[in-house]
Amino acid sequence: MAEFLFEIGLEEVPARMIAGAQAELQRRVVAMLERERLVGIGVASKGFSTPRRLAVWVGDVAARQADVAEELVGPAVKIAYKDGVPAAAAVAFAKKAGVEVAALKTVTTAKGEYLAATTVKAGRAAAEVIAEELPKELVGIYWAKNMVWRAGRPERFVRPLRWMVCLLGEVVAPVEFGGKTAGKTTRGHRVLAGDEAIPIGFPDEYERVLLDVHVVADVEARRQAIRKALDRATRTAGAGLRWREDEALVDTVTHLTEWPSVVLGSFEPEYLALPEEVLVTVMRDHQKYFAVEDATGKLAAHFLAVLNTETDAAGEAVIRHGNERVLRARFNDARFFWEFDQRVPLAERVALLEKVTFQKDLGSYAAKTERVLAVAERLATRLAERGCVLDGAALVQAARLAKADLTTELVKEFTELQGQVGGLYARAQGFTAAVADAIYDQYLPKSMADSVPRGVEGAVLALADKVDTIVGMFGLGLEPTGSKDPFALRRAANGIVKILAEAEPALPLTLGDVVDAASASEAVRVKVEVFFAERLEFYLREAKGQAYDVVKAVLAAGANDVRDAVARAEAVTAVRGSEDFAAVSAAFKRMKNILAQAEEKGDHIVSFEPVFDTQYEQEFWQEVKLAGAGFRGDCESRQYEKALFKLARLRTPIDTYFANTMVMADDLNVRTNRLGMLRYLATTFTQIADFSEIVTAG
Amino acid sequence: MRAIGEEAKALTFQDLLFRLQRFWAERGCVLQQPYDVEVGAGTMSPDTFLRVLGPKPVRIAYAQPSRRPADGRYGENPNRLFRHTQLQVILKPPPENIQEMYLESLEAIGIDLAEHDIKFEEDNWEWPVGGAWGVGWQVMLDGLEITQFTYFQQCGGMDLDPICGEITYGLERIAGFLQDVDSIYDIVWAVEPAGPGETGGRRVTYGEMRLAEEEQFSAYSFDYADVDKLWEHLRLYEAECLALLERAKGLFAAESKADALEMKRFPVLGAYELALKCSHVFNLLDARGAISVTERVGVMARIRTLVIGVAKAYAAQGEALAGVGG
Repeated sequence: MAEFLFEIGLEEVPARMIAGAQAELQRRVVAMLERERLVGIGVASKGFSTPRRLAVWVGDVAARQADVAEELVGPAVKIAYKDGVPAAAAVAFAKKAGVEVAALKTVTTAKGEYLAATTVKAGRAAAEVIAEELPKELVGIYWAKNMVWRAGRPERFVRPLRWMVCLLGEVVAPVEFGGKTAGKTTRGHRVLAGDEAIPIGFPDEYERVLLDVHVVADVEARRQAIRKALDRATRTAGAGLRWREDEALVDTVTHLTEWPSVVLGSFEPEYLALPEEVLVTVMRDHQKYFAVEDATGKLAAHFLAVLNTETDAAGEAVIRHGNERVLRARFNDARFFWEFDQRVPLAERVALLEKVTFQKDLGSYAAKTERVLAVAERLATRLAERGCVLDGAALVQAARLAKADLTTELVKEFTELQGQVGGLYARAQGFTAAVADAIYDQYLPKSMADSVPRGVEGAVLALADKVDTIVGMFGLGLEPTGSKDPFALRRAANGIVKILAEAEPALPLTLGDVVDAASASEAVRVKVEVFFAERLEFYLREAKGQAYDVVKAVLAAGANDVRDAVARAEAVTAVRGSEDFAAVSAAFKRMKNILAQAEEKGDHIVSFEPVFDTQYEQEFWQEVKLAGAGFRGDCESRQYEKALFKLARLRTPIDTYFANTMVMADDLNVRTNRLGMLRYLATTFTQIADFSEIVTAG
Repeated sequence: MRAIGEEAKALTFQDLLFRLQRFWAERGCVLQQPYDVEVGAGTMSPDTFLRVLGPKPVRIAYAQPSRRPADGRYGENPNRLFRHTQLQVILKPPPENIQEMYLESLEAIGIDLAEHDIKFEEDNWEWPVGGAWGVGWQVMLDGLEITQFTYFQQCGGMDLDPICGEITYGLERIAGFLQDVDSIYDIVWAVEPAGPGETGGRRVTYGEMRLAEEEQFSAYSFDYADVDKLWEHLRLYEAECLALLERAKGLFAAESKADALEMKRFPVLGAYELALKCSHVFNLLDARGAISVTERVGVMARIRTLVIGVAKAYAAQGEALAGVGG
């Protein structure tokens, strides 16, 4: 057994793709070695990556595959032997199997006696197998965007391949890919180590050898080093300061560096007069700098840049100066835009939206503004009818101004700040907080983890904007397909679901109400409703962590009222562990089957008050009805858990009933009554969830 | 202001260009002069856009003034220009050590990499109107984007084989960095020879050379350009380009009876200039705010037809000539 190392050296891989590729390479290499019987199941392995390399180390790899005995079955004995003498068929089979005729055996099968031969498939050397199989795995790695680089365009990969290392112990497995053959030399840090080939003796030396040439190959080690360096640099800025936590940014800079260090820079405090959103966006999104804040969370006039090098004090001063110069220019621009934009107030900018395209067939943002306004007003009317308090005038004002910031220089420069910029300008231009906040929050939530708009007006505006986009795009046949969702319609629909589920105060609106407000054609409406149901399913599973079968069961009982679906799912999850509930679920599965069979047979199931001959059956029916009434009452007051406990208490009566009663009785009258009762059970108690969907053990 | 004695350390704008051109000339690049038709980027010069097509190896470098009317700021913004200067290096096929060559070029202009932080960050390039795209990086030096580095994959809607490496240096950015000035207009373009008894000659600044142009072309693009006439220019350039492309179709068809000389002399390059004119007029109309929603997509599609038509004609011309031994 030997340790194994594979490293692929590349020109700088996009930071966003590295983590996924590292994991995929590790998974593929281990799976390939398992498949080729070169490692046992659960073998130790570890992945590495930097911008210039992906690597995987595996603990115990066999030098050769073990030989495998195989039994081949040949012709029937009665054909293979004539009078006890091997005939042509026997000779041919022996030749094919590579054994002497004398070594052939006889096996008895269902079809009679057959010839058989035991052959040994010789295992191959691991290096040979790996050299043959690994390139296929490399070809299979997924890249969000790949390229060709060699003449003849023979392969696609994320960036040109520069070297490979493939070691089995100290032996090179000569893997060929991208015009290169794997060897035993790697490269160090571009600047700190230069272009020299660095030999690796054994797989277990990998990390250490790379550390000597200024490369931290372990991603976690690099991440921790960056966090510590950020802490250290922040301490030099002054007491009470901290760097603003930003996990996504830490992740990005981890994948942009091989040998990270941090410099603290400063900017003129006068820039702190600009909105914090603008400053942070410039620092984070454009420069990949961390912001520094005081104990109250207020920005300080400092930033932290993560470098991919290590230098002396003089070099650090140069680098700090360079970064400060860039940031100053960016802040200057932002300040210029901030002041320049205010010369034309938002209200005047609305007219300019005629010239900004939303989508070629859906017209300009001016047209979109009109549509969103109409949708928002319809939703507001619906809410008012249902007693929800909202500032209608503020909503109308916000909807009118919502897209005006698209004409500002600040948004043209920092598109990710759309909405927020509008909100900031609205506030600066004297609009009420309700108007400014609604504009500011209109694009929320941007992800499942993001928060929903703060006020009712913002929530309604966000709903209206999103549903208008979805209905418009669906109307053009531009709905998402498979992995393609160029207009981010899934995100928009997820946002609608999340707002309906989480807005405070709650919005008494269903998904159907939201679609209705956008006045879609019937065909589009049907499609959008299905789409919304899918997004609700996604929300229940991903955001609420509900089990697959619970979600299915709950949505089968209704997928229109989001909050209600959440409450029902939570109630089902709370009781599903109980034995009684599992038994009731099983009973419902049985009832559903019986009803389906009856329908198939053409039994007419009428809904009238069933009448039963036996006292036992009549009593059972009364018990069911009583429980049913209580259940319905609880459902109406949305006390779903309480309702489900009522149902669970029916377990014993139901089980006993089924044990004693044959529903599909020969007598038509008896059968009809029994089926009628079953249907009552199946419809009454499935208002919360279709329990037949619940997966039960056994 | 920097002390006189220090200025020798930082290259002037023109010395920066000299050094880079010499660097690439020494590595086999032919130095071309800037293309003399308005372009929005060095990539649109036929020395890039057309030479990347076909199998013929190319190594070429040139400075290209690039006009972006909408980016003009009347010379008031210290970081933005209506017209900036790119140094474009085209290496087809790209040598394996193209990144290392690029890093050496930085050393050649006085950037000691041991004293700086350099990163290659993902940045892919796309010009939909030209059916062209590539993958690559923006090169960040101490947080400043100084170069766009692209591996061209497609051009004129055609897959490239071999592909092409394109290095685009932003010369104003780099000069500003080297000279440590906060405004582009303060960049020292050249230093005149010292007179008798002087320790240093007069500095000619970027502002002195170009500010008037920025002021006037911003005004022209935003305020003065005659919208009706621009539409008329667009229509005329387009019509002539389309007519040429139509003739090219027959000329380079498989059943064409044209001789090698006629094929060789057919002005595909002329058609390309007309397409570039259209692109520039479009940019002016755009800066002027004269293109409405409905028009915008349509006009871009019209220009795309021209540009891709030229690329296809160029490729067909190359093949036809190879076929007749021209």
